[in-house]
Amino acid sequence: MTFVKAKLHLEQLEPGDTTDILLTAGEPLDNVPRTATEQGYQVLASVHVRDNIHRLTIKKP
Amino acid sequence: MAEKNKLSIISMSGDFDKVIAVFTLASGAAAVGYDVTIFFTFWGLNSIKKKTGRSFIGTGFLARFFNFLLGGRRSLPLSRLNFGGLSPILMTGMMKGKNVATLEELFDASKALGVSFYACEMAMHVLGLTREDFIPEVKDVLGVASFLELSKGGQTLFI
Repeated sequence: MTFVKAKLHLEQLEPGDTTDILLTAGEPLDNVPRTATEQGYQVLASVHVRDNIHRLTIKKP
Repeated sequence: MAEKNKLSIISMSGDFDKVIAVFTLASGAAAVGYDVTIFFTFWGLNSIKKKTGRSFIGTGFLARFFNFLLGGRRSLPLSRLNFGGLSPILMTGMMKGKNVATLEELFDASKALGVSFYACEMAMHVLGLTREDFIPEVKDVLGVASFLELSKGGQTLFI
């Protein structure tokens, strides 16, 4: 479900736009960057924010 | 270009939890690039009715009475421990509390991600329902042969 929400958000972006997505460690953090990359998005950064929260920066091609 | 993966779901149950499974799988598969089709039949038709609560729809007295009892997407019962309709409300609250998508969110996500909805012609006939009783996103009314043609070459799930 995390990727469903992420995908809906990514679809709203214009080409060239970047966005930050907060993810919890585990399945969302494994799945979202992998699937986004498979779909042609560019993962620019993955930063640990606090506890099990990570911030992913993604660019729409 | 490689052909897209295909997932076809036959949604027969009108149970809240099973309908959640339908839309979780549908939206999840659509998000990762699958071509997703849902074929709604019998009680599954309740989740795509325009009227989301209980209302007297359908042609004929029995059909109207029956459809009132069945209700729409906001009156689906839990498959176990429904407690007169209280449990789905509690379950939705628990899902929101755990930041898990609710049935309405999954349903909206499925539509936004381009999942194709089809209604079963035979079940509609039995329940006295017409195309106008369903949401406009329903692409077509199909029989078994057309559904098999649509789902050919992909994975099919029955829920």
